[in-house]
Amino acid sequence: MKTKKVAVYGLLIALAFIFSYIDSLVPMPFAVPGMKLGLANLVVITALYTMGPKQAFVLSIVRIILVGFTFRDPSTLAFSIAGGLLSWMLMSIFRHIKLFSMTGVSIIGGVAHNLGQILVAMVYLESGYVIFYFPALLVSGVITGTLIGLLGMLVVKRLKNAIKD
Amino acid sequence: MKKNDLILIGILLALGIIMLVIINAAKSEGSRVLITVDGREEAILELDEDIVYVIEGDNGERNVLEIKDGHADMTEANCPDKLCVKHRDIHYDNETIICLPNKVVIRIIDGEDSGLDAVVY
Repeated sequence: MKTKKVAVYGLLIALAFIFSYIDSLVPMPFAVPGMKLGLANLVVITALYTMGPKQAFVLSIVRIILVGFTFRDPSTLAFSIAGGLLSWMLMSIFRHIKLFSMTGVSIIGGVAHNLGQILVAMVYLESGYVIFYFPALLVSGVITGTLIGLLGMLVVKRLKNAIKD
Repeated sequence: MKKNDLILIGILLALGIIMLVIINAAKSEGSRVLITVDGREEAILELDEDIVYVIEGDNGERNVLEIKDGHADMTEANCPDKLCVKHRDIHYDNETIICLPNKVVIRIIDGEDSGLDAVVY
């Protein structure tokens, strides 16, 4: 059982890592900082629904640190961690209260990720004007969050038994 | 998908679009460009004077700002993501180009409306 857990973690982290790379390759129609497909969130939300909040947290943080030191500048780690934490926290809460299905939770996760990044950017740059990026990120977050949520439902349906220990 | 999901999508999309519309409606042409590095004011340039301005940071950060035909655009940067270079040129009041890795913020200021912050009779 323990060996399986280690294997599943390794597999999911590797997957999240590769998805982050693909995220950085996919061009978005507007060059708004932080706008991305959010494929990496597919792995986090799948973990949240099959394994639980604690496991999703570990996965999310390990992914962010790995990605921060490889595909991105380590100086952007603070933004990613803020976004990742807020996203994980809200997704865990909304999954627990069952107000929304996985799609709704995924949307909340995507939007929260952007919001967390913007809040840190406002402090870091000492400029409140960064908030003007939020409306565009909100709209894109809803669209990509919906796609990731629908995809996640299909994934969870097929993987539930394989991942559960 | 639940009904609640659709409501959430509707509310968030409406919120985002309303905010975008308000920001767009409040747009007015700016007249000057404020450059800040790490929260410090680096320079203020006139938008109607064509210039190529090089912004250099303490640790080798380098950004090149070009003002041409009343538009400000980041043409070069040595940051890793180059999002600031990909950003379209700006000229409306309060529009910004941000280079996060180099902590550079370019903002258009002194729009027609804010020109009235001191009226004396």
